[in-house]
Amino acid sequence: MLAIGLAHYLTVGAVLFVLGILGIFLNRKNIIVILMSVELILLSVNLNLVAFSARLNDLTGQIFAMLILTVAAAEAAIGLAIVVIHYRNRGTIEVDDVSTLKG
Amino acid sequence: MNWTLATPEILLALAGLLALAGGVMPKKETFFPVSMAVIGAFVLTAVLVLGQGEGTAFAGQYVSDAFSRFAKVLILLGAALGLVLALDFNEKAGIGRFEYAVLMLFATLGMMVMVSANDLMSLYIGLELLSLSLYVIAAFDRDNPRSAEAGLKYFVLGALASGLLLYGASLVYGFAGTTNFDRIADALSGDVPAGVGLIVGLVFVLAGLCFKISAVPFHMWTPDVYEGAPTPVTAFFATAPKVAAIALLMRVLAGPFADVAAQWQQVIWVASVGSMLLGAFAAIGQRNIKRLMAYSSIGHVGYALMGLAVASDSGLRGVLVYMAIYMVTSVGTFAVLVAMRRNGRALEQVDDLAGIGRTDPAMAMWMAVFMFSMAGIPPLAGFFGKLYVFLAAVQGGYWVLAAVGIGTSVVATYYYLRIIKVMYFDAGTAPLDARPAGLTVVMSATGLLTVLFFLFPAPIIAAAQAAVAALLG
Repeated sequence: MLAIGLAHYLTVGAVLFVLGILGIFLNRKNIIVILMSVELILLSVNLNLVAFSARLNDLTGQIFAMLILTVAAAEAAIGLAIVVIHYRNRGTIEVDDVSTLKG
Repeated sequence: MNWTLATPEILLALAGLLALAGGVMPKKETFFPVSMAVIGAFVLTAVLVLGQGEGTAFAGQYVSDAFSRFAKVLILLGAALGLVLALDFNEKAGIGRFEYAVLMLFATLGMMVMVSANDLMSLYIGLELLSLSLYVIAAFDRDNPRSAEAGLKYFVLGALASGLLLYGASLVYGFAGTTNFDRIADALSGDVPAGVGLIVGLVFVLAGLCFKISAVPFHMWTPDVYEGAPTPVTAFFATAPKVAAIALLMRVLAGPFADVAAQWQQVIWVASVGSMLLGAFAAIGQRNIKRLMAYSSIGHVGYALMGLAVASDSGLRGVLVYMAIYMVTSVGTFAVLVAMRRNGRALEQVDDLAGIGRTDPAMAMWMAVFMFSMAGIPPLAGFFGKLYVFLAAVQGGYWVLAAVGIGTSVVATYYYLRIIKVMYFDAGTAPLDARPAGLTVVMSATGLLTVLFFLFPAPIIAAAQAAVAALLG
């Protein structure tokens, strides 16, 4: 039977991380999808930390992961609030419409 | 546990909670009194910082030394002046709400935690406290589509930067086995070369931090956010958080990662050259003065990074002196931009400055001083800032860096001189509105510091030298 080791967790973490980054850059549709991608990046980081923590027999990684969870919640709340005021001003949350400022 | 070491931060946090409570109690709007209280808290905290002891606290999470004291005093000065700039502007723009002052306070608290961080966790918490406050402040003029868009862009790219930094931090933790800076340094100091995992982690952490200081190639948010955010917010963005992020970068690179300097010097070298070039050339065609200042700030970060790329004692000292001078000059420049108002409407085009050499000679004179200083004309302060980093680069044998720096300074002089030409030689329309006394005080004080720096550089150089000694010690 195949044992699930550190390398497997790190691979999943790396895949999630790249998916999150691509989700931000390739997504041309909707700002909410960007918020979801940000959460995906933070999730991959947490997975990494917990995997390392188990491997190193060290609790620091899990404490770090709890901190990130807390801050991620605050970050999501602020992000959604900013999306709401943007929607009130512009009446749309299409990514391509976020383009008043350029030059 | 030696928690009394963090008294300045604890006091500032408590002051923030009090300001929050005091702001909502009265029935009427409390922007002015809360702002005054917050400025008072900044001054009190600065006094405590000056008397702060040395050592580590909170199980090695927090460190206080000459370096953190130097950076914190600069940060508190920048934040206090930034709040003074906002007092009148926010009232007139209809965003005179006390939350502004409270958010500035928490952003400042985040910066203080950042520069005192001695662990990846406290680094992250400080950075996020700063970033979350800045996202909200950027979108503070919430009924203005440009401000909301600036907030949105800053949020998305800032969150991405935090993600990069965290991913790097998780790799560093995994491959070094610790998040504490001292123990990361121990893990790297052995004869065994640092593993690939650790270096990849370091590069990710660097990328995240380069976003925060808006160094090329992570600068793309800067012009949009600087242009869209209300002017006092832009003034704040360009000063204290820049100093804090550069100080954090120095702390991380010269502390735990000092033994892999050869790896990160290349990264900083590229970021420095790229920032100097972009800052010089992209600003030339700008008509909006806030956008122009955004490119100018990218260029200045490039000069500061030059000292970091050299990574010598004199290079790091040059960075600190450069950031101190840049911050003072920047605050003064933005005091002029905040004062640009005609018939009650805020102005932000370069051409709106036309003719103020005649209608408002005092302000035109200070603006000319700031522009000459940013261009690096002796004997103004900006010249000495550049001199120290260029000297360090030449002494360290980094000829390309020094040559690019001098070349881009010459190019950048063009757009600084254009502003002076518009002020003194172009025909203006109507005079600007009378400016509030607070702005006059800020621009005269920073202007005098800029002009008279050459008479008393010794205390600032000595303080920077002590800070660098503590950092490398």
